[in-house]
Amino acid sequence: MIRDITLGQYYAGESVIHRLDPRIKIIGTILFIAELFIVHDFIGFAFCGAALAIIVGVSKVPPAFILRGLKPILLIIIFTFCLNIFMVDGRIIWQWGFLKITVEGLYTAAFMGLRLVLLIIGSSLLTLTTKPISLTDAIERLLRPLNRIGVPTHEIAMMMSIALRFIPTLLEETDKIMKAQQARGADFESGNILSRAKSLIPILVPLFVSAFRIAQDLAMAMEARCYRGGKGRTRMHEMKFAGRDVAAMITLGVFLVVIILERIYL
Amino acid sequence: MEKIIRIDNLIFEYTQGEEETPIKAINKISLEIEKGSFTAIIGKNGSGKSTLAKNLNGLLLPSGGTIYVKSWDTKDDNHIWDVRQTAGMVFQNPDNQLVSSIVEDDVAFGPENLGIEPQEIRKRVDQALESVNMGKYKKKAPHLLSGGQKQRIAIAGVVAMKPECIIFDEPTAMLDPKGRDEIMQIISELHEEGITVILITHFMDEAVRAERVIIMNEGTILLDGSPSEVFSKGETIKEANLDVPLAVELAGRLRKRGIKIPQNIITSEGLVAFVCQYK
Amino acid sequence: MSIQVRNLSHIYSKGMPDEQLALSNINFDIYDGEIVGVIGHTGSGKSTLLQHLNGLLKPDSGTIMIGNTDITAPGVALKEIRRRVGLVFQYPEYQLFEETVAQDVAFGPKNLGLSEAEIADRVEEALELVGLDYEDIKDRSPFDLSGGQKRRVAIAGVIAMKPHVLILDEPTAGLDPGAHQDILEMIEEVHGAQNNNIIFVSHNMADVASLSDKVMVLDNGKLVMVGTPQEVFSQKQRLESIGLNVPPVTNLMYQLKAGGISINENVLTLKEAEEELYNYLQRKMI
Repeated sequence: MIRDITLGQYYAGESVIHRLDPRIKIIGTILFIAELFIVHDFIGFAFCGAALAIIVGVSKVPPAFILRGLKPILLIIIFTFCLNIFMVDGRIIWQWGFLKITVEGLYTAAFMGLRLVLLIIGSSLLTLTTKPISLTDAIERLLRPLNRIGVPTHEIAMMMSIALRFIPTLLEETDKIMKAQQARGADFESGNILSRAKSLIPILVPLFVSAFRIAQDLAMAMEARCYRGGKGRTRMHEMKFAGRDVAAMITLGVFLVVIILERIYL
Repeated sequence: MEKIIRIDNLIFEYTQGEEETPIKAINKISLEIEKGSFTAIIGKNGSGKSTLAKNLNGLLLPSGGTIYVKSWDTKDDNHIWDVRQTAGMVFQNPDNQLVSSIVEDDVAFGPENLGIEPQEIRKRVDQALESVNMGKYKKKAPHLLSGGQKQRIAIAGVVAMKPECIIFDEPTAMLDPKGRDEIMQIISELHEEGITVILITHFMDEAVRAERVIIMNEGTILLDGSPSEVFSKGETIKEANLDVPLAVELAGRLRKRGIKIPQNIITSEGLVAFVCQYK
Repeated sequence: MSIQVRNLSHIYSKGMPDEQLALSNINFDIYDGEIVGVIGHTGSGKSTLLQHLNGLLKPDSGTIMIGNTDITAPGVALKEIRRRVGLVFQYPEYQLFEETVAQDVAFGPKNLGLSEAEIADRVEEALELVGLDYEDIKDRSPFDLSGGQKRRVAIAGVIAMKPHVLILDEPTAGLDPGAHQDILEMIEEVHGAQNNNIIFVSHNMADVASLSDKVMVLDNGKLVMVGTPQEVFSQKQRLESIGLNVPPVTNLMYQLKAGGISINENVLTLKEAEEELYNYLQRKMI
């Protein structure tokens, strides 16, 4: 059913990775991506891959579940792989017309392909082990310094969390409206593009009306509960670094040093 | 008795579309609500009952007249948050008043806005959820709950702000019978704990539970008194396009045919007790 | 038009871990011109059943005959089903979208491919049938109407398709007593004028008792009782065991009986209760 769609593919669990402070996880993910670009050979990737494998193991997210997440972007991976294989000049090992495969091309293609796969697995691990709402909370706190230069960080985070709250509601609403119009004989599937686009009007108008009604109701409910922006507001969940967060931070730092050393000396 | 809300000659006008002359949703109402009381306000759609409710905590401001919550004028910007914390509000649509995608975070929303210490919020959230029997749902997502459960979360969200008065604006209109019973049960419990309850509704069997019933019609107060006083005026109520409780209707019909049933019988239990005297 | 449902089952999320049997082996007949009330608590499968009757959902097994057509057979045109079976959802006012009331009501008939003249006739007829003044309301925006009016416009939008079977999912939900009464009268009016089958879902047992020829009770995806209102509502204990009630007036009579009053408790309307109580009290009070 439409209401079962989970956003950002969160995989519920109680592992250490799940319980880490979301800020650490965001910073860790950013560092990991940077490291993938610092690395310049397969030995470096071996380090990164091993680290990632350990994290996946600890998180207890089934690898099959992670690989399924790669499916939608498989096409992009294949595309970059082919692009590299055919476009890089060097020692030719196979040629057909203007298409040629070179040793250097194979190397670059494998290198780029591996980087992309690691990058996607690394960042999907963040959303797999962190609830969307914790992510928005963490983003609000990480962006807080920008408050000083006038960026409304609290409002941005509030908007994101309200969007998360109402996506299922609006999906359900859309489903209801579609069925109601179908019961009145509406047809969304046949005809050319123009008539199909026109057939969306009976869905979109009521959906917008609903969205505005929800917005109005919600604004009033928030005001009634004394909402007045981020100023003077406290939070029930204080984000405090626990021992495991400090340990994670040290590990991240050590790993960064290892990667840099690898780049320089190996 | 101490008055928690005082309404003095309240007028509320609004303009619709491009029309010039404003419509009077509320036309000179004066009213006092006693601390700790349970008042039901009944009226058909458009009678001004919801407008009145939203005036009570400053969500709408009077066009004329004044409303005091405790000692604060709702028009006074300096005390608007005191007003809203004192008089909390639960709305009709259970979906559209929940802010967070996790139940306990939603209940925490009000106290967070009040700037309360985190440990204290935690305590209040747990207590509030227990008081509406939703403790075991605290980590759930609201959209997976039933209408009645969502409405209980909304009530917990208000209770966690420790208000002295809660205004319920047709809280059961969108619920099934089971959900309605749950909510009415919780409202009664909150009243017993000392919270002033103002219940806006058009279900008569809910109004019978109140200590005081106010019937509104076309922006004015039509009847005001104890349930038995108000429901004894069945004809007036029907003229305002409203139902009377079942027992009142039956007793009225029997009275017309010469059966002497006392006027103070307004509930089914009362009627049963009366008839059972004659075995 | 008669309806025959045989061995109807429906499974949600088939093959997934959260697989759920929503309807389980449902069998019933509805005869020409009957008004049928469907009761059951939230989640009992009422909405799922209704959506099968006009082809919005396909059964996993079983057949649904509307008249002489099996609408579950492969290749049955959806348009043909919708022409026969009209479905009004809960809170139908939220589906209004056109600029004027008349245009909105015309949406269904237009989708049936009727002629302009025929559509215009049907729109006028449907709006009058739901108790609205056609001339007064046809050019107004549906978004400017009162809640009760909006609901009637939305219902008119389905009635204008002249279905042989009209299905209404909780048609009075959320309305105040006046608008509630209007909708009940409207249902009887439409039934009288179009002589169709009407199937409606309600949580209001008094409405079900007073309107229905037949009552169907759903619990947990199963059809557990079918019968006249008298038959169904005389089984108070069985209804209570699945979280349902008898009409308030019936309940009152049961309470009197329990209090030791010898009175007929199988009463469904206020009028009957009045007579019973009058006869009893007149004898006893003098």
